[in-house]
Amino acid sequence: MNMLDIFDPIYIIAVFFFIIGLHRMSHPLTARSGIVWAGGAMFLAIVVTFFMPGMRNLPLMAIAMVIGGGLGWFAAKKVAMTDMPQMVAIYNGMGGGSAGAIAAVELLGSTSNPSLAALSVAGAMIGGISIAGSVVAFLKLQGWIKQRPITYPFQQPVNILVLIIAFVMGAFVIDPSILHGSFQPLLPFFVFAIGYGFLMTLPIGGADMPVVISLFNALTGLAVAMDGFALENFAMVIAGTLVGAAGSMLTLIMAKAMNRSVFSILFGAFGAKEEEGVSVTGSLKPIGADDVAVMLAYANSVIIAPGYGMAVAQAQQKVKELTDQLASRGVSVKFAIHPVAGRMPGHMNVLLAEAGVPYDRLFDRDEINQEFPNTDVVLVIGANDVVNPAARRQGSPLYGMPILDVDKAKNVIVLKRGQGKGFSGIENELFYADNAKMLYGDAQETVGRLVQSLKKL
Amino acid sequence: MISEFWIALYIVVIASLAGYEVITRVPVMLHTPLMSGSNFIHGVVLVGAMIALGYATTPLEQAIGFIAAVMGALNVTGGYVVTERILQMFEKNKSRKKGA
Repeated sequence: MNMLDIFDPIYIIAVFFFIIGLHRMSHPLTARSGIVWAGGAMFLAIVVTFFMPGMRNLPLMAIAMVIGGGLGWFAAKKVAMTDMPQMVAIYNGMGGGSAGAIAAVELLGSTSNPSLAALSVAGAMIGGISIAGSVVAFLKLQGWIKQRPITYPFQQPVNILVLIIAFVMGAFVIDPSILHGSFQPLLPFFVFAIGYGFLMTLPIGGADMPVVISLFNALTGLAVAMDGFALENFAMVIAGTLVGAAGSMLTLIMAKAMNRSVFSILFGAFGAKEEEGVSVTGSLKPIGADDVAVMLAYANSVIIAPGYGMAVAQAQQKVKELTDQLASRGVSVKFAIHPVAGRMPGHMNVLLAEAGVPYDRLFDRDEINQEFPNTDVVLVIGANDVVNPAARRQGSPLYGMPILDVDKAKNVIVLKRGQGKGFSGIENELFYADNAKMLYGDAQETVGRLVQSLKKL
Repeated sequence: MISEFWIALYIVVIASLAGYEVITRVPVMLHTPLMSGSNFIHGVVLVGAMIALGYATTPLEQAIGFIAAVMGALNVTGGYVVTERILQMFEKNKSRKKGA
């Protein structure tokens, strides 16, 4: 039996576990075990690869894996939960970069087979776009570059030109004979592919980043599949295609939740005029917990709009107590759940359900939006962009995102940790509105104080 | 004998369907962990990086292969830990409720 024969059986087992793992991750009860299955499969695939016949540079390989693995592990463990989206972005970018680099090695080694070269070029192109785009997404989410769309004159033609040059260079790489050795096309090819990744992501705003990260995730999967073909490694082909398909679906679903098309997210900011210093009128009006408790106690109807701040403060249990208090006083309490409230779709539903808030109190955006004008008090708990009325105004970076119409309620109380801006980095006009008051502090503490005050009333 | 091209196409079609099937039936709340989980799965790129580095001969190939392996390893471990932590967050709330 040839030594090579043990690799494919093990890769097949690994691929099988990947699919099982992904499948388990798609059900709430088995999700946790899903990543363990996939992790086991990955371990198996990596270990067996060490023993491939004819492999050289093993010490170098081990060093690379210790550096990368250690760095990845350490950073992912240390980072705060709130920074998870950009961590997904940067690790995805690393995968894309790796795929691009693998293709570069393949293309440097003289491949006489043009179809293998074409696959490597495709992998390099997609991988290059993915790492550049993911890095921009990371920088935007991290706040190291501004989150608002970055636009400049002739942006669209320039970007398309860059993409076309990348394609042409790619064609030269596949068949260098056209050039008669006048120049080496490989380096310019990479420069233009990576450049396009940067340019296409700059004009996309912070609020759209989850969708964009999901798209780059799918692209990295595709790049891995292309490299897999070039290397004739079917574990990479299948795992990459799996992620490419699953990631594409996920991208479409997430865009749909925001009522945006992927096309408008990617190209929407092109040519759009920057809003010229819209001055927010009014002022931030702080209010104390006791006053809010009185307002709530004598209201007929209360709607709670939770957001990421509630999750960060782990305030859901207190919110449930508050709901019970108000309900026992005969106040109608409903929850308005925006599909992208929190930083993960469905985040709020999970937290509230776990805290024991009955499902029939939770309403999604379309169900509850017409009720706001007849509502006495809306409690916004740590939500920001999803209640920002700026989304209704053309020219705002948030424009087009469906929001909860909380500003139409008679009173709006905003529970907020401080005066910072939302995920998208856009000032929230709601906070300055005449009917809005700010209740500052940690959401868990503040809601706890509300419950105490209510009990005394 | 069926040509390699068609075998490749079969594989791509079936793997795409598997990915599509898994995602369409997912509750909204698991979208983010799934994005992170699939991010981990394309970390299999590390296998390719190992092969690229393992068969690299020139110093330039070795250098690029080395970078590929570092980035691939980052993708694998980072992707795993991030997914684990996100899923843990869901789990924690469950156990807290049981304790309450």
